[in-house]
Amino acid sequence: MEAFLLQLTAGIATGGIYASVALAIVMIYQATHHVNFAQGEMATLSTFIALTMIQAGLPYWMAFAGTLVVSFVMGALVERLIMRPVQHAPILTHVGVYIGMLLIIGNLTGWVFGYTIQMFPSPFEGGRPMLGGLFSAHQLGSVAVTLAVLILVYLFFTKTSLGLAMRAAAYNPRSARLVGIRVDVMLALGWGLAAAIGSVAGMMVAPIVFLDPNMMLGILLYAFAGALLGGIDNPPGAVMGGFLVGILENLAGAYIVGTDLKLTVALVIIIGVLVLKPSGLFGRVVFTRV
Amino acid sequence: MPLLEVRDIVVRFGGVTAVAGVSFDVAEGQICGLIGPNGAGKTTLFNVISGIYRPNEGSVRFDGHITTNEPRHRMAPLGLGRTFQNLALFKSMTVRENILAGAHSAGRAGFLANALRLPHARAEDRAARQRAAELLALLQLEAVADLPVIDLPFGTQKRVEMARALISRPKLLLLDEPAGGLNHGEVDELATLFQHVRQSFKLGILLVEHHMSLVMRVSDKVVALDFGKKIADGTPDEVRSSPEVIRAYLGDGHGDAAHAA
Repeated sequence: MEAFLLQLTAGIATGGIYASVALAIVMIYQATHHVNFAQGEMATLSTFIALTMIQAGLPYWMAFAGTLVVSFVMGALVERLIMRPVQHAPILTHVGVYIGMLLIIGNLTGWVFGYTIQMFPSPFEGGRPMLGGLFSAHQLGSVAVTLAVLILVYLFFTKTSLGLAMRAAAYNPRSARLVGIRVDVMLALGWGLAAAIGSVAGMMVAPIVFLDPNMMLGILLYAFAGALLGGIDNPPGAVMGGFLVGILENLAGAYIVGTDLKLTVALVIIIGVLVLKPSGLFGRVVFTRV
Repeated sequence: MPLLEVRDIVVRFGGVTAVAGVSFDVAEGQICGLIGPNGAGKTTLFNVISGIYRPNEGSVRFDGHITTNEPRHRMAPLGLGRTFQNLALFKSMTVRENILAGAHSAGRAGFLANALRLPHARAEDRAARQRAAELLALLQLEAVADLPVIDLPFGTQKRVEMARALISRPKLLLLDEPAGGLNHGEVDELATLFQHVRQSFKLGILLVEHHMSLVMRVSDKVVALDFGKKIADGTPDEVRSSPEVIRAYLGDGHGDAAHAA
C-alpha cells in the first residue's frame, strides 16, 4: 500500500509538470490551431538560462523571477519574428516552422551550454520527506509552485480584462479586432505567457531528471498526451489531463509495463484518444456545418 | 457637421462593381435605415463604413476623422460599434465575458498593470463590470449572464452582440440585419429597444434591414440602394412612395405595389 501511495504522489508531482507544459501547448493551440512542437525546447533553454543565473550567484528565487521575464520576452519574440510572417501560410509551413524551431532551439542550447548532464538545484532541498514520508520536499514544493502558477493563470484569464481580451482574440480574431482588441499584441502576449509557464515546468523538473539539452523531449510527449486526453481546446481539461497522465505513467511504470516502457504509455494514450475520443475527456465536440 | 459622412464610395470585386458611388450622411442621434433588394450592396457598404473593406474610391468621415484608412482595431475606440448578420461572438465564453471583451478597447491599463493588479487596472475592471451589469439588465440578459453564448437562442445572441457593441459607448452603432431570424414579438421588442438605446446612450444607429415595417417604424431617415447605386434618400414616407424604390422591389408594371414597400 505504501509503495502504491509513493507511486501515486510521484505521479502527482510529475503530473504537475506535464500539466504546465500541456497548458502552454493548449494556449498556443487555441490561438493558432497548431501544436508548438518547440514548446519543450524553449523551456529547456529557459532552464539553462536559470542555471546560468544561479551559477552567477543570484539567489534561487531571483533567478526564478528573472527566468520568467526572459522566457516571456523570448516567447513574444518568437511570435513576432518567426510566427507572424507565416501566419497566413498553409498548415504544412507551420509544421515545418515548428519542427525547424525544435531543432534550432535544441541545437542552439546544446551548442551554447554543452551536452553534459548537469545538476539543477531545488529550492526545497534539505527538508525531510513530508506528509508521512509520501512526498519528498522537492516533490511537494514543485506541486505547490505548479498549482500556484496554474491558479494565477486561471485567475488572469477569467478575472482580468486583459485575460478576457486574449481569450477573445484567440477564439475569434475577426470580431475581436472589431471590438477594438489588438489581436497581434494579444498573440505575442500569449506566446510570452506560454513560454513563461513552460520555463516554470523546466525549472521544477530539472532537479528530478537532471538538465541536458534533450531534457524536455519526453516531457513534451507526456504533456501532449495530457493535453489530448483532457481536450486540446480546453485549458482546465488539459491541466487535468496532465495530472492524469503523470499518475497513469507512474502506476503503469511500477505495476504493468516497467520503467523502460513508460514512454510507451504516453504514446498509447495519444493514439487511444485520437482513435476513440478525439475531443478528449473534457473537450467540446466540434461540428462543421456543410 | 454630420456624425457620419459617406462620400462617393466605390467598391469593385474583380469586374463586379458592388457599390458604385454612394454618398449619404447620418446625423448625431439619428436612426438611419439602409434598405435595398438582395445584392444591392448594403452589406458591402456597411463593411466599408466599419473598416472591414477598403473602398476603391471615395471616403468615409466619422466624427471628424477620415476612417477609410484606419486599421480595424481603431474603429471601436473612435466610437463605432457594430453587430453582424450571422453573429461574431466569442462562442465558448459566457454572455458576461463577451460583453466585457467589448470594454477592452476603452481600457488604458497595460499588460503589467493588469497582470500585477495595479489599482488603476482594478478600478477599470470594476467600472467595466458595473457597465456590463447595467447592459445585462437593459437587454434582459441577466438570467443567462453566466452561460456560454453557444447554448443560447439566436435572438438572445443578437442581444448579446448589441450589448458588446454598446459597452464601449459608441457614438454610432452599426447593426447588420438586427431583425433577421427573429419572430414577430421579438421584432416589436427590438423597435422599442432601439428608441430606448438611442435615448439612454445618445447615439446614432445605422441599420441594414430587410424587415421593412421595422425600418419604416424606427428610422428618422432611410437610404435605399439598388445595383450599388443610391436610388432614394429621405424620410420613411418619402422613400416608401418613391417610384424608383417601388420599381426596385417589385419590378415595372405594378401600379398598386406601394403598400408592399
